[in-house]
Amino acid sequence: MMDSPLVKIPVTQAPIIRVRELRRDFGGGLRGRQVLRAVNDVTFDVMPGETLGLVGESGSGKSTIGRMLVGLLPATSGSVELFGETITGRGGHRALARVRHKLQFVFQDPHSAMNPRMRISDVIAEPIDVRGGWSRRDRADRVAQLLDLVGLPNDFADRFPHEFSGGQRQRIIIARALALDPSFIVCDEAVAALDVSMQAQIINLLLDLQERLGLSYLFIAHDLAVVRAVSTRIAVLYAGEIVEIAPRRALYDDPKHPYTRALLAAIPRPQVGTRKPPIRGEVPSLLNRLSGCSLCPRCPDAFDRCRVEAPTLREIAPGRKVACHLHDGVLP
Amino acid sequence: MLEVEDLSVGFRVDSGWIRTVDDVSFTLGAKSSLGIVGESGSGKSVTALSILRLHAQRNTRMTGAIRFDGKDLLRLPERQLRQLRGRDIAMIFQDPMHSLNPVLTVGEQIGETLRIHRGLDARTAHSEAAELLDMVRIPDARSRVDDYPHQLSGGMRQRVMIAMAIACRPRLLIADEPTTALDVTVQAQILDLLRELREEIGMSVILISHDMGLVAEFVERVLVMYAGKLVEDAPARTIFEHPAHPYSEGLLRAIPSPDEDMHRLYAIPGRIPDPGREPPGCSFAPRCGLAQPACTTAAPSLKVFGPGHLIRCPVRLAAKEASP
Repeated sequence: MMDSPLVKIPVTQAPIIRVRELRRDFGGGLRGRQVLRAVNDVTFDVMPGETLGLVGESGSGKSTIGRMLVGLLPATSGSVELFGETITGRGGHRALARVRHKLQFVFQDPHSAMNPRMRISDVIAEPIDVRGGWSRRDRADRVAQLLDLVGLPNDFADRFPHEFSGGQRQRIIIARALALDPSFIVCDEAVAALDVSMQAQIINLLLDLQERLGLSYLFIAHDLAVVRAVSTRIAVLYAGEIVEIAPRRALYDDPKHPYTRALLAAIPRPQVGTRKPPIRGEVPSLLNRLSGCSLCPRCPDAFDRCRVEAPTLREIAPGRKVACHLHDGVLP
Repeated sequence: MLEVEDLSVGFRVDSGWIRTVDDVSFTLGAKSSLGIVGESGSGKSVTALSILRLHAQRNTRMTGAIRFDGKDLLRLPERQLRQLRGRDIAMIFQDPMHSLNPVLTVGEQIGETLRIHRGLDARTAHSEAAELLDMVRIPDARSRVDDYPHQLSGGMRQRVMIAMAIACRPRLLIADEPTTALDVTVQAQILDLLRELREEIGMSVILISHDMGLVAEFVERVLVMYAGKLVEDAPARTIFEHPAHPYSEGLLRAIPSPDEDMHRLYAIPGRIPDPGREPPGCSFAPRCGLAQPACTTAAPSLKVFGPGHLIRCPVRLAAKEASP
């Protein structure tokens, strides 16, 4: 199979997004509730024109990261730098206001992401109206242009959301996200609610738009097959931490972390009777973090060191990092 | 054991009746498994709900016959049907949170089935509920039996639903998208559990899913539905290795592969027609790459394509006859 042309973007370019030791706690505070650490010291970059896939099961912190990245949720500590502006910490609000028009977000459920009483043209033009300064003529032209861009006929503009299927609504949401010419879009489970055939159409649309408009995506999903289809690089999250980050082919063809291997083995494949036994247990409670590696109780390869010492994310090959004692060079 | 014959289901809407399931027939033997796949709106869940007659009666019109041990479930009095539900035929749904009562412990909810169908007293029902939780591999079942649904994870809740479903050792379990709301690793665990229980109890299973991969792993035979009609009926291996209907083929090709890099995914163009607005002729013709002028005028019928293999596609049937 042909590799996506996006992979060939030179790596010497500066990242458009730098995330450093990002952390998010819920709870705690004056009432002394327990602290749940949903995201724990996450560090990564996103390069221009690339898609970083973020995979993990529920509770892995993938959506929390996505929300912090576009300023929808404040970080507890750590930093997020977008297009050279640091949006976390002091002055973060003003910095966010300067770059906000370059960011967009596409959610899972297109039904609840639009006002049912607004016409499609108004749904799509909402970002334009919020920003202001467009003539009526320009606004209408832009809506027509956006509908065309996402492959919808022009006469949809005057209709209402309930008249459309899930796949069409997701196209409308994508058109709205493109209204202000963003450079970076967070897609949070953007195709999870769709049937396979609709899912394939929307994924192809996202790939086409990326090529035409030079977009970067953070693509959050739980489905590893979908993530492989869209991503340039992939970060695997477990219990709020990145356990492995690698270019697409390296991650899928030669997964290093036991959790990545377990996730890949769990995918049902349309070949009859081929799967290995699944990994035991479920994602642990984030309220009482373990002293060692979070995966330890479920990991088939765990040894003594894993129970006492949490592994850190280390580079094991160029562009490839793993947080696992098995890849430390010091084996049991 | 189960024989569905010419089942059609219509729902009342403002403008009259719309048919969501159209002349579906299939049989299912004891201790066997069947998968029903299709996109949303294909009629797969409606077909399954019809077996237990779970549609609102006033607004539904069902014709044909559904025979279970020779008794026609469509004509059975409600009281007799109620005895059958949960005892001989059980069902689990996609979302375990919405199927459990949040103010009762899981033990009480599992016990309810046991008290109703097997006349157990509260104490015996409670201890048997704990045994059932153990059977669905919930660790520490003795103490979990007094938990409320919100204290359990999604995977655990689905295990509780399965425990309720198998409480009376049913002969048929209908599972409607049982793992769609679950994480991949948990999904694999639940499927393995269902497979083991099927052996232990010796029940038949109907698995309804939009996920071809999932169905492939689990069942012996697959029905593919499109716009309320069966379009292909074949052994699982045949359908995954050599799908004959263009729709089945498209569904399989559209699944992204975790094992290879792709430049673009294959997508079936267009979308499934709304019920009641199917095009004349073959419902799939407007999206089909093989469609010929005749496809848009005459509605094709289900015909034998190979041993135990039926399809509703004259183009593919003709192609097969031309090159045996």
